[in-house]
Amino acid sequence: MTSLLKNRLFWPAAILVVMLVVNAFTSNQFITVRDGHLFGSLIDILRGSAPLLLVALGMTLVIATGGIDLSVGAVMAISGAVACLLIRDLSDQNSVGPVLLIMLVAVGVSLLAGLWNGALVAVVGIQPIIATLILMVAGRGIAQLVTDGQIINVQSGPYATIASGFFLALPVAFLIAAAAVVLITLLTRRTALGLLLESVGGSPTASRLAGIRARRITVMVYVVSGGFAGLAGLIYSANIKSADSISAGNLIELDAILAVVIGGTALIGGRFSIAGTVLGAVLIQAMTVTVVAVGVPSEATLLFKAVVVVALCLSQSPVFREKVFGRFTPRPAARAEVPAS
Amino acid sequence: MGEQSPVLEMTGIRKVFPGVVALDGVDFRLFPGEIHALMGENGAGKSTLIKVLTGVYTIDGGQVRLGGEVVHINGPLQAQQAGISTVYQEVNLCTNLSVAENIFIGREPRKFGRIQWGQMRRRASELLARLDLNIDVSAPLNTYSLAIQQMVAIARAINVPTAGPAATSATGTASGTGTAAGGGAKVLILDEPTSSLDASEVAQLFAVMRRLKADGVAILFVSHFLDQIYEVSDRLTVLRNGQLIGEYRTAELPQVKLVEKMIGKELAALEDLEDKAQRSRERTAGAEPIVEARGLGRAGAIAPFDLTIHAGEVVGLAGLLGSGRTELARLLFGADRADSGELRFAGKPVTLRDPQVAMKRGIAFSSENRRTEGIIGDLSVRENIILALQASRGWTRPIPRRRQDEIVEKYIKALQIRPADPERPVRNLSGGNQQKVLLARWLITEPRLLIIDEPTRGIDVGAKAEIQKLVAELSDGGMAVLFVSAELEEVLRLSHKIEVLRDRHLVEELQNTEGVDADRIMQTIASGATS
Repeated sequence: MTSLLKNRLFWPAAILVVMLVVNAFTSNQFITVRDGHLFGSLIDILRGSAPLLLVALGMTLVIATGGIDLSVGAVMAISGAVACLLIRDLSDQNSVGPVLLIMLVAVGVSLLAGLWNGALVAVVGIQPIIATLILMVAGRGIAQLVTDGQIINVQSGPYATIASGFFLALPVAFLIAAAAVVLITLLTRRTALGLLLESVGGSPTASRLAGIRARRITVMVYVVSGGFAGLAGLIYSANIKSADSISAGNLIELDAILAVVIGGTALIGGRFSIAGTVLGAVLIQAMTVTVVAVGVPSEATLLFKAVVVVALCLSQSPVFREKVFGRFTPRPAARAEVPAS
Repeated sequence: MGEQSPVLEMTGIRKVFPGVVALDGVDFRLFPGEIHALMGENGAGKSTLIKVLTGVYTIDGGQVRLGGEVVHINGPLQAQQAGISTVYQEVNLCTNLSVAENIFIGREPRKFGRIQWGQMRRRASELLARLDLNIDVSAPLNTYSLAIQQMVAIARAINVPTAGPAATSATGTASGTGTAAGGGAKVLILDEPTSSLDASEVAQLFAVMRRLKADGVAILFVSHFLDQIYEVSDRLTVLRNGQLIGEYRTAELPQVKLVEKMIGKELAALEDLEDKAQRSRERTAGAEPIVEARGLGRAGAIAPFDLTIHAGEVVGLAGLLGSGRTELARLLFGADRADSGELRFAGKPVTLRDPQVAMKRGIAFSSENRRTEGIIGDLSVRENIILALQASRGWTRPIPRRRQDEIVEKYIKALQIRPADPERPVRNLSGGNQQKVLLARWLITEPRLLIIDEPTRGIDVGAKAEIQKLVAELSDGGMAVLFVSAELEEVLRLSHKIEVLRDRHLVEELQNTEGVDADRIMQTIASGATS
């Protein structure tokens, strides 16, 4: 029991469970089956958390190298804008092939955006927060240029599927995010990529002298982050069936960073936890849903979220834990490691 | 002097970390006006004891008395206020700030909230003058050598204002010796202050230490250089495995006895090594050349040089700090790119664009900056050891976990890495053990040329002897070794051939035969005109 309490992810997990329980009681449908699909607020949470989850995944890798990617929201906007622009001009918006191809193009553009970030950071040597700030600001401008300042509406069945469709009784958006989680977990823990990432995050100089091509790895994580942001942008825009360059992914970078931090990955880089990030992202989404479900007035929702986040961060602060739990908490050196997923 | 009362008295100090008893009932005394050396191998508990004293750790048992009264030191600030100041091994000042700012940072002389810059500079100059140092205190710290930075750190340490009269009464009672007016440090801890200084800088530091001692300051001195201990210290305390071995007058304890007390075994290992190196010095003729550098150089780092290293040969690089030792070594690993000359490796011309190219050829390089360019502190011992091998395989071909465990277990055993726990973060290991982890990292890549830069700096005699022995064995096994060290004895003991550097030029190559000794090398370093 104590070892469970020691785990950094205990409190986030506990709060998530509380949120879900609250949901189960307040919403009239927590989880039900309708037309062979699963419905209810639990499913809403899973579906709604997909974009944040994708963005936070990429962010985890970037943060593991000691960087940060502020441009993810802007890249979401670009990706949605490109996709909607191209789909609108299709003769048949419901043909699957062209729509798939367009989505690939949009993700490709996002990968390029990531490459730009990575090059600025690793090749030119600009600090990550500044380098990605450039695209954070400029990216929305680019998205607006693409859409000509308009909101582009599309009526494409296949496109809408990635946000609101179901496959094997589960939301497609959730499946996409889950696949991404599995992919990244395999990529980082079944290959040596995770170790090299953590090494670069721990000390780029030492890593280089150990023969790691740190620059390449740094570029790669920004590219991955861009790609996932692009995918998230597609899901977001497919959900509202339009490209909205202003509000797509607005402030999502902050939620993503928060999810990573809640998940136990330190902002200074080094050790990272994919499982922690997943927990963090789902928790943030659950909070958003729960706030509505329990009827917190909309003007107070941000405050409510803030209170929960403060409590969470306190629960993870070694100093605070020492003060509050006193002799029950282990000494700093024995603090439980975040489990490597 | 006679029965003077100690300014600091620690009794029965106990400190436990999970799974390790770092200090087990240790007693320690420090008298005013003495230089007291704290001796022990890596992991003996020296650092822990110092951290207890400076308030970084709180003790689990025992008592600390300062000026006769029991004190509980709960933090570095409190330690400072009690008159205990510390200068750490790595100078931790802000090198981009001026000398004066560094000395007064956090306690700048103020008037109505504004900093009195003029007064600050004047007082800084006065303070440094006490240490026989006349430098421009408004220049940024990084314009000065490491030795001067060290002095500045000491100036900062001895300038600590002790807290108000009420608090000082605890400490200020006894001695009556003439410390500078307005308090200042009663106890000064110097943790490995000499590890990156050259001989003349060390002499300068010792002069300062003696002056402070005459002022009645009690100095706790930690150094791995036994000669320095004997030169400067009055008494010494030996720790081993967290336990007190004893307190001795330095003059009454022969060096050999001291080492025995530190490592707890006879010095056979060291003697043995001596013979071995002597024997192997002859053999190199006929071996194939591994490295042939012709006119290799890099502007601003190292002037073009010629160097040949054969298989099974240990080549030592000797020279003062900043003479280009490290720069030369870095060129041979591709850590920096050469901008002139050519390099042949095992007979084939190579251009070392980056370290990975060098590694693919079979070159390994262990940097002198263990913490910043060597270990990755967050990662475990296992991960640190396999890092280079993994990097050369690329990320797509991970080393299977079982294989990792085998390799790591083997090297932990072979190099006696302690604690022998592969999953412990490497930052929690002592300096000597971190160095062994780094050696293991490179040895598993099975290099043909091993470049090791200052592998024995800041580590204890026992580990030092082990590492030297290992180098000798590796070269016996046919590996070429480029051995860089500031310690001439060590270079002489191990090398077949010694390259002497001065002012970023390779000035002479000496076959290590009879008649070549430290004096001979020193002469070359000093004059350099012989070649």
